[in-house]
Amino acid sequence: MERWQRVMERQGNAPPDDIPLVLACEGHHGPVVHAANRMARQNGIHPGARVVDMRAICPELQVEYADPAGDIAALDRLVLWARRWCPWTVRDGTDGLILDTTGSDHLLGGEAAMLVEMETQLSLLGLTAQLAVAPTWGAAWALARFGPVRSISGPDDVAIKLGALPVKALRLDANTVLLLRRLGLKTIGAVMDVPRLSLIRRFVKAGLEANPLMRLDQALGKLAEPVASVDAKPRFIVQSRLAEPIFDPTPYLPELCENLCAALNQAGMGCRSLHLTVYKTDGDISHVDVATSAPTRDPEHLHGLFRDKVDRINPGFGFDLITLAAGGVEDIKITQGHLDGGSDDDLHLTRLVDRLSARFGARAVTRPVLRESHIPERAEGQLAALAEPTQMPAPTPKERPLRLFDHPEEVRVLYAVPEGPPAQFVWRRQTHRVTRYAGPERIAPEWWKDRPGTRLRDYFKVENQIGLRIWLYREGLHEDGRGGDPRWFVHGCFA
Amino acid sequence: MGFDVSCMGALRVNKRLAGQGVSPDTATNTLAEAFAGAATDAAAMGFVLSRLPRTDAPVLWVQDRLSRKEAGRPYLAGIGTKRPLIMVDLSRAADVLWAMEDGLRCRALGAVVGEIWGDPPALDFTATKRLAIRAEAADVPCWLIRRAGTANLSAARDRWRIAAMPSAAHPYDAQAPGQPRWSLDLFRSRRAKPGQWVGQYDRAADHLDLSAPVRDGALATGDGAAGQRAAG
Repeated sequence: MERWQRVMERQGNAPPDDIPLVLACEGHHGPVVHAANRMARQNGIHPGARVVDMRAICPELQVEYADPAGDIAALDRLVLWARRWCPWTVRDGTDGLILDTTGSDHLLGGEAAMLVEMETQLSLLGLTAQLAVAPTWGAAWALARFGPVRSISGPDDVAIKLGALPVKALRLDANTVLLLRRLGLKTIGAVMDVPRLSLIRRFVKAGLEANPLMRLDQALGKLAEPVASVDAKPRFIVQSRLAEPIFDPTPYLPELCENLCAALNQAGMGCRSLHLTVYKTDGDISHVDVATSAPTRDPEHLHGLFRDKVDRINPGFGFDLITLAAGGVEDIKITQGHLDGGSDDDLHLTRLVDRLSARFGARAVTRPVLRESHIPERAEGQLAALAEPTQMPAPTPKERPLRLFDHPEEVRVLYAVPEGPPAQFVWRRQTHRVTRYAGPERIAPEWWKDRPGTRLRDYFKVENQIGLRIWLYREGLHEDGRGGDPRWFVHGCFA
Repeated sequence: MGFDVSCMGALRVNKRLAGQGVSPDTATNTLAEAFAGAATDAAAMGFVLSRLPRTDAPVLWVQDRLSRKEAGRPYLAGIGTKRPLIMVDLSRAADVLWAMEDGLRCRALGAVVGEIWGDPPALDFTATKRLAIRAEAADVPCWLIRRAGTANLSAARDRWRIAAMPSAAHPYDAQAPGQPRWSLDLFRSRRAKPGQWVGQYDRAADHLDLSAPVRDGALATGDGAAGQRAAG
């Protein structure tokens, strides 16, 4: 909710605070409330309810769509941001962070001061947070959501503090919570009081999500639940500082590429893109980006991609700092070359595609693939040049032309019967007399994609007096109620 | 007088072309030019496709903007999906030549095909010579499809002029066009005797039948002897 609010504020169309507003996501029976702002919560709207029901409670409710994937991505970035307090951080579900602060709290003046510091910093980001310190993951989860504000518990009093919380705080699924409530166990303390043997017997086959005993052991530290921290991706960046401003970065590029590739080589990685930035003396910066179709760390190849691109840098009054950063870093396997000294064919192909895309743009180099459609222009799609199509549909058994026009060209046609083949047509100011024809092949519009009123097409393969074989179609039928007389178009040429 | 119409498959043509080669060290794969009869005639493209090697190596297909606008783009459903295509759409003829030359540095390609409209100044003898030498060095077949162009000075080893002809009879439908037929004119060649043929292409079998042309009852005197010219 708050992330959405920040985004809207940045775009300048944030709604005022006194309007009830919810973010919705798709549920089983229509949209459900994902998050609600303060005004909406005051009106009795709670997350998880259906939007239509909440509209009945609060007719002036505004509904926007939530972005759960974006939230998770933002939370992943926050995990790395939270490294300022402790080295071990990890995302917890879709709405939490776990920080292993063992041994790092004294740097911030104790646990209480650390929590205040964290809340301050997060509020500067525009985020509200509920924080708790506890000896285990499970206890911290429970105390942060259901405990008092900024509660701190040590290993001694964690059982007492957890005892007062509802059973929901044990991270159980909804069915188990309902079951426990029906059994009369409303707080964690009540679950703790039940003899261990009977709990084991009752939940012997239940998984972790449905097993209150295992969850309790996790919260009390009897069952290990370590924090597996994720590592930030390493950044590969090299720079060269110049003694005085220059106008042409070309002499420095080979060395920069070599340094960068040496760093990549040491880490066993390759990059998919390179960003060259020059910092001008007047404080301006200028970029050049190149991309490769497969991860690489070959300095000569990367240098070659910049060959025609450095001219596009506007040097202004000169620049004195050049940086070269690797983007899209990923592991590459070292493949052994041929024993006879022959070269790897795949490697050459990827490099060729890189060179062509670097010079002419990635959109100029494509790979056509078949798509699932009967409409000829939709039966072909375009992928990146070296992308493998997921699954190619079988080509249609009907004969198709070798060449297809991007835009069908309208022709004037003479015909013997309205529904029949053309007898003669004028295309590009030349008269073609039809000597032989095959067809029609009727292709109906795709009603799930086309606008209503789209007319069907009758395709004919015709041959003219000198042997040109042309694919043309009549759009619609006479008096089909979708416009006037049908029009004729040339769509392709056969061999 | 014998009625000498010889039919042969593409393989035999290759042998013939190789047997009449000028120098023994001529590479089998080199630069060839195909001039389309009419601008909208796809016969040249059909002939080029029928002569590409039968492998599943990718084909680099470079097109300039006018060829794409005036004659359409290659349509995958009609070509077949046996060989992957890598399409490069460019706007200038000089770029097409650059991309073809760059593509010929890569031995992993099955073929390099370029389409150029008209007679751009960039397409001169030097440019074609570079293409031919590169194609022979990499042993990758290279085809240049020319539309609305004149056959001026060029270093292409084979130069063809290809136009569509009325097709063969359809076996089941008298009024439908059957297998396509093309008039093939090899008007200049480094390694074979120039000649004229009529090609009939069987798409199902991917097989090209060549026969000598017969004009108005005048009988073909020899295989490809009509319209013979000096080899370049």
